[in-house]
Amino acid sequence: MKKRYCLIVLSGIIIAFLMNAAAFGLSDAFKNNIYNPGKLKPTDSVLKVKTGDRAPDFTLPAVSGKKISLGRYLGKKNVVISFVPAAWTPVCSDQWPGYNIVKDIFDENDAILLGITVDNIPTLFSWTNQMGKLWFPVLSDFWPHGGVADAYGVLRTDGTAERAIFIIDKNGIIRCIDVYDINLRPRLESIVRELEKLCK
Amino acid sequence: MKRIIILFIAVAVSALIFNHPVPAAESPPVKGETLPEINLAVPQKSEHRSYLGLPVSGLFKIPDIKARVILIEIFSMYCPHCQKEAPEINEMYKLVEDKPNLRGKIKLIGIGAGNSPYEVEIFRKTYNIPFPLFSDGDFSIHDILGEVRTPYFIGIKINDDGSHKVFYSRLGGIEKADKFLELILRLAGLKQGGSK
Repeated sequence: MKKRYCLIVLSGIIIAFLMNAAAFGLSDAFKNNIYNPGKLKPTDSVLKVKTGDRAPDFTLPAVSGKKISLGRYLGKKNVVISFVPAAWTPVCSDQWPGYNIVKDIFDENDAILLGITVDNIPTLFSWTNQMGKLWFPVLSDFWPHGGVADAYGVLRTDGTAERAIFIIDKNGIIRCIDVYDINLRPRLESIVRELEKLCK
Repeated sequence: MKRIIILFIAVAVSALIFNHPVPAAESPPVKGETLPEINLAVPQKSEHRSYLGLPVSGLFKIPDIKARVILIEIFSMYCPHCQKEAPEINEMYKLVEDKPNLRGKIKLIGIGAGNSPYEVEIFRKTYNIPFPLFSDGDFSIHDILGEVRTPYFIGIKINDDGSHKVFYSRLGGIEKADKFLELILRLAGLKQGGSK
């Protein structure tokens, strides 16, 4: 009987915590089309790279129709890779539109931003259309599914990517890795601070 | 069995309360009611303090602002519609400030839901926003206001006795500054000339 009560108490706590999704401010740009998965395990992968490593090269299709390789920026630009978990989900939908108004900060730091999700191109096309015209390439890591996310060690066990930022310098070396709690949007200033360190 | 169900519900409710110390309001502010109590820090910029008619430092409540009508925009620098509408809100501010009979009677403020002070400053600089913006980095104000989508506008009217009422509470889509100002004046019971 005692064991039974313990189980009831435990399940009550678990259900209550699951119901208590993280706060997020959702833009009306997406109307009622955002699927809320609730509060997720903050991180769910093991990094396969570390700062100081050469960044694994990749070539991915962009929403624009082009193919973009990381290697094309070697010797030319610092690269900020923003992995987000999935299109049409709450926090992700309110992340890149903010980066869209700070192109000047990326320019000042001689950097390009690459947005990557594991969604396919048609999904990314529809989703990013709600954000206005994005100045940075949005890349699809759909097939082989999550291949690039996996190479960096940010592919979650459910096939989505972590919410993560990798900053790679002009020599192709990873200078900063931040894997964030998937339920929270990273502060813009934390990315800018890391970018500015590269240019000092 | 009944005891078990009661115990289960009691545990779930207490866990929710302890895990979420500031319970989110179930709905946005309702017309005809008062605004939930929100404490904001007095702006550091003297021109903003002077615009709002506030003392030099400390906290204030929104109805403390010296005005007949206060329009609050809940925005986010990450929100595409807020970005798109920012020039129209600026235009509305200008329309008010350019009319001697309205200036001082209608005041605008913005609250950045989930935005840090740095992010609010980015939004202000990008769109050259002349009225005061406040950070709500931990979403606590957003929670109190019913977790509204952005941009969301709340209009409150200050009565002669210092009391106030919400007269406008609606999700974005202001489209044109002049039409929006007209609507706000009409709903607040103010004429274009500014007198009641």
